[in-house]
Amino acid sequence: MHAPDGAWVALALTLKVAGWATAINLLLGVAAGHALARWRFPGRELVDAALTLPMVMPPTVLGYYLLVLIGSQGTLGQWLLQHFGIRLIFTWQAAVIAATIVAFPLVFKAARAAFENVDPQLEDAARTLGVSEWAVFFRVSLPLAWRGILAGLLLSFARALGEFGATLMVAGSIAGQTQTLSIAIYEAVQAGQDDTANFLVLLSSMVCVAVLLSAGRLVPGRIMARG
Amino acid sequence: MSLLRLLRSLALAAAACCAGAAQAADITVSVASSLTNALRDIAPLFEAAHPGTKVRLNGGASGALLAQIAKGAPADVFVSADQETMEQAQAQGLVRAMQRRNLVSNTLVVVVPVNASRTPAALADLARPGYSRVAIGLPASVPAGRYARAALEAANLWALIEPKMIAAHNVRQALDYVARAEVDAGFVYATDAVLAPDKVKVAMTVATTQPILYPIATLAGAPNPVEAGRFVDFLFTPPAQAVLARHGFGKP
Repeated sequence: MHAPDGAWVALALTLKVAGWATAINLLLGVAAGHALARWRFPGRELVDAALTLPMVMPPTVLGYYLLVLIGSQGTLGQWLLQHFGIRLIFTWQAAVIAATIVAFPLVFKAARAAFENVDPQLEDAARTLGVSEWAVFFRVSLPLAWRGILAGLLLSFARALGEFGATLMVAGSIAGQTQTLSIAIYEAVQAGQDDTANFLVLLSSMVCVAVLLSAGRLVPGRIMARG
Repeated sequence: MSLLRLLRSLALAAAACCAGAAQAADITVSVASSLTNALRDIAPLFEAAHPGTKVRLNGGASGALLAQIAKGAPADVFVSADQETMEQAQAQGLVRAMQRRNLVSNTLVVVVPVNASRTPAALADLARPGYSRVAIGLPASVPAGRYARAALEAANLWALIEPKMIAAHNVRQALDYVARAEVDAGFVYATDAVLAPDKVKVAMTVATTQPILYPIATLAGAPNPVEAGRFVDFLFTPPAQAVLARHGFGKP
């Protein structure tokens, strides 16, 4: 069995999109998780529910919202086009946006739980020693919460790798530009190209196994089981 | 007691689900996307004339429908938007070739968003820099894309336009891309273009290298071949033909 045309390009693109989505979620998810774990304000659980929504909403619903928002007739899309000449639909950046939003709750939820498990007394102890709030975060809270966050990041990477519905709606299926592995598989099956589909499915499965195995190495102990 | 009640309601729900599944008298029609709306209007007419039979429509790109049928999807009738897909189905022994007929004809057009600043007058205009994105159905599975590619190849333009191609998984997706103004132009059927008169306008009719004729046939593995045959016959009766004409389809 040899690789069909474009299989490696699709794999590279999939990894690029999932990598970017995970990197963005590292910043957004950790910030949001920390904020909700540490600040008490009215409607906190409502905000939590809203931020978790992308995980429970059907990806096509999300894709449609995105299309309406960032499409060239959408509010944000029109503004981007007029001021910067940026058209997002049918670009790999649109695929990153879709994957980021779909996978965000996995990082956010894990980060919030991890920060809530950090003993506040340890942070207070750091404050009595006179270090700044930033230093408390980077030298106490984050290192203690890191394992939980990492588990969330790996799950979000895996989720981003497989994203299909929202991605297809906003990024389309352009070979070499926006055609990720999931979409290439869909297209091959639609066209009745079973050999191509078989290869891509095998490739995709191997990538998932590799992610899981490296997750086991990166996150030692029972963290993965605890999720 | 409450547990018993819960179990009973679950059993009822399960029974209701089963009742919703395909009945012996139901027929499943796998139909090219472009013809879906017209058949949706015809189905109630057939059901009224044949009480007890329900028509279930499965719309999609002709190539995708063929792939489903080849994998054993329990369809009774297949309508493709081109001869080539039906030839493939026939070569694989999936359809009753004796009953194959041409149902309707259609034309290929180039549409642009209704507010577009420029309108192409000829296919060659699409090769100009002003047109950066052109929606075309995937030639591997979408007949409209295959017709478009053949027409562009005949005009020696395919190499210029392929890099601008935004692939659509069925012809209605190509229409949607134009309607949302995400592309500068798109290749769809004339019957699709009239579905969104407030969003797209027809720039030109494309001269295809072969006539666009939709073949219909009952399937060799049809779960309900008798009703399937009756449905195909019904499509050629005056009431059904009137609906097809109203949707803009021509006689083959």
